Amino acid sequence: MFTLKPIAVCIAMLTLAPAAQAQAPQLGQPIAPADIAPWDISIGPDGAGLPPGRGTAIEGEAIYVAKCQACHGEKGERPNVALAGALVGGIGTLAPDKTPIKTVGSFWPYATTLFDYVRRAMPFQDTKSLTADEVYAVSAYILNLNGIIGPNDVIDAHSLPEVRMPNRDGFIPFPRNPK
Amino acid sequence: MIRRTHPELGDPAAGNGILSRRVFLEGTLVIGATGAGLSCGSAEPLAVQPWMKVPGTGFAGYGQPSPFESKVVKVFPPPPNPPGVGSSRTPLHMLEGMITPSGLHFERSHSGVPEIDPDQHRLVIHGLVKRPLVFTLEALSRYPMQSRIAFIECGGNSLALNAPQAQPLNVAAIHGLLGCSEWTGVRLSTLLDEAGIEPEARWVIAEGADAAAMSRSIPLTKAMDDALLCLYQNGERVRPSNGYPVRLLLPGFEGNMNVKWLRRLKLTAGPAMTKDETSKYTILLKDEKAWQFVFPIEVKSVITRPSPGLALREPGFYEISGLAWSGNGSIRQVDVSADGGRSWAPAALQGPILPKAPVRFRAAWQWNGSPAVLQSRATDDTGMVQPTRAQFAAERGFRGVYHYNAIASWRIDEMGEVSNVYA
Ligand code: HEC
Repeated sequence: MFTLKPIAVCIAMLTLAPAAQAQAPQLGQPIAPADIAPWDISIGPDGAGLPPGRGTAIEGEAIYVAKCQACHGEKGERPNVALAGALVGGIGTLAPDKTPIKTVGSFWPYATTLFDYVRRAMPFQDTKSLTADEVYAVSAYILNLNGIIGPNDVIDAHSLPEVRMPNRDGFIPFPRNPK
Repeated sequence: MIRRTHPELGDPAAGNGILSRRVFLEGTLVIGATGAGLSCGSAEPLAVQPWMKVPGTGFAGYGQPSPFESKVVKVFPPPPNPPGVGSSRTPLHMLEGMITPSGLHFERSHSGVPEIDPDQHRLVIHGLVKRPLVFTLEALSRYPMQSRIAFIECGGNSLALNAPQAQPLNVAAIHGLLGCSEWTGVRLSTLLDEAGIEPEARWVIAEGADAAAMSRSIPLTKAMDDALLCLYQNGERVRPSNGYPVRLLLPGFEGNMNVKWLRRLKLTAGPAMTKDETSKYTILLKDEKAWQFVFPIEVKSVITRPSPGLALREPGFYEISGLAWSGNGSIRQVDVSADGGRSWAPAALQGPILPKAPVRFRAAWQWNGSPAVLQSRATDDTGMVQPTRAQFAAERGFRGVYHYNAIASWRIDEMGEVSNVYA
């Protein structure tokens, strides 16, 4: 009797398998948007998700010197850390037969990516530590070093998505993605 | 000395000593088509070793490789990079079969390997869904699961072959950002259905719980097709370096999209244009344009043995062994050449041949002691053939960095030394 019981259960599971798949257990717990907010840090290229706050390049310089320069170098041109990469320069180097120098200024299609990335992943040793104002300001500083905005231009949720990046039209879809 | 029971099995199939693959298919090894077998002097008398006489060690909670295998390790550059930025590479030349041992699976991380307490870990699904939901690991572990064997290859694998001169590197240094595991977990479509997808949703932004919060936009079609939330790797919980306690598997898609330490999935109408889908993992072409969202790993193969560092000791019989894979389907054929691509013969494919999984291929080779250039060329079941280096360059040049999949070449010199060359 003891041995028969599990076999019966197994057979029941086999016949029920497709149905079980269709009505998987519903174990997700509902969660309110306000409770997701601390993790909801994605910024869309249209600016969706940008928080309140503001900053200028002039204000951003001190933050850059204190929190970024050690790895990315003075004025973002010569990184001191192998994989950190230059943040400034290289405009014009995408031309055919040149050695490309891909930076925020020469290559990035959207300024919103800068806010998104700096807030989530920088400064390297203490990520997600900058205030919204600080991220706006240091982003403005990097954009200004690249000659894309002026030193006193106010960068905020409204103006950042409006910034026209030099390589905005530089990307085309890969022709062989699966349908 | 040499028994040639089936002399035809040793028949040449392509130039410079490539023999018929029937050697493998019919399970009969014929040594020495030219009559030169391995050295045939008498062997030493057999020794009775100490370990044959006294009991060995006791049990261990978690088994380790033999101490004699201590050189079989991942390779990575030494500091001073910030710890955990960059990658460690799988020693492909020291491995066999199709599965990568979990401890040797390559890793690419952007801010080190987080030490995640599984009880504190949460996965949230939100954005364009009817019911935003959060899952504990315990909850995820109660869903029906699926297993599949799949490779993960970093989009930056083999990028060294874009260099104008062939670098003196081995197979791990060039091609070691490739691993294959049996992955087990919950279908992502099951959880997205539970959350209820809004009709405008087209993309899923996936994000890790690491300090870099690595994030990528994934087409909803892929998420609903074969995406898996993996809890297990090769039968045990996913290793921390590979995304413990839960990682995304997008079979066949470039490694970076298979987000590790997965904490959040946000459904959106458009892609987020994250740093790793704009600044990185885009392919700058010969003109000023760059391909963006290059998802599938296209058909590719590499010979792992012989390869640099594994010199041939003397002329004679060698097995050429390697891996072939395609993110678009299954491998249909692998051809091997010993004369730099002038002539080719089909290699034997070791089963099982699975879609989006590597296949081990084998070819029999009689090395006559003169210089040779070994190459492999894979074809997948969509009909796509691995390009030559020249064909690859004609389409996109060498500025693209990512998704290098052209035919690779190992040169064997008269001493049997193997080196990376362009041919
Ligand atoms: C301890 C060193 C370090 C510090 C300090 C640092 N970074 Fe970084 N940064 C890095 C590394 C390393 C990477 C590459 C990360 C990767 O591999 O994904 C990087 C990448 C970046 C990138 C992306 C570059 C590209 O072209 O893709 C930007 C932008 C950036 N950092 C901005 C900043 C800003 C702004 C600060 C200061 C608030 C900062 N970083 C502080 C090390 C650092």
